[in-house]
Amino acid sequence: MKVQVRYFASLREGLGAAETVDMPPDSSVGQLRDLLLTRSERHAELLARGRAVRCALAQRLCEEDQALAEGAEVAFFPPVTGG
Amino acid sequence: MARVSVQEADFDLSAEVAALRAGDGGVGAVVAFVGTVRDRGAGQAISAMELEHYPGMTEAAIEAMVDEACRRFELRAVRVVHRVGRLEAQDQIVLVAVSSAHRGQAFQGCEFLMDYLKTQAPFWKKEHTAEGARWVDARVADDDALARWGIRSGNAG
Repeated sequence: MKVQVRYFASLREGLGAAETVDMPPDSSVGQLRDLLLTRSERHAELLARGRAVRCALAQRLCEEDQALAEGAEVAFFPPVTGG
Repeated sequence: MARVSVQEADFDLSAEVAALRAGDGGVGAVVAFVGTVRDRGAGQAISAMELEHYPGMTEAAIEAMVDEACRRFELRAVRVVHRVGRLEAQDQIVLVAVSSAHRGQAFQGCEFLMDYLKTQAPFWKKEHTAEGARWVDARVADDDALARWGIRSGNAG
């Protein structure tokens, strides 16, 4: 299934604004992150486990155990700093 | 009037507060918070700031926060304006204004919304200094502030 990935702030600067990823059915947000880690050295660095990376599914903050669906929009970004 | 605006343009505190309480004779208290761009950060002079956000998610997230604030506190009206794009030192960044019958609920509602917004709304600040630009780090103190309201936030991680 196709999943749309978006990046913001420092992750956007390093990885671009968006990319499309083909995931096996019944994948989770965490499994998507695992797959992205293998895409390039830059992905491996910026999305590394242990780095503070937040994620959103369908434009809501989420945990990595959330299940993906066909056409899902997933975003990865650093901790937020508004206000 | 819309409850939430995410915009590049500046805002006028007086006009926003006037609109917030216009025609509502039950209002006895208005509390407004304005956040502004400091001219120093981490010991360095800041010339400008860039604010990035996640269009669509930002507005929805803040609307949900306003709903939650209205559930918790007796608020009569709420207005949130958050600026994005390029800002200069001393510029206004954010407005949270609430009205209520009495001051206690208004003070609490305003502070709750700011604490919530700091850790759960998808905005990112980048500071420009003489030595270049850098993304601002999230603060654990902001997660702690939200925890006082019984909401766990792992934003700063």
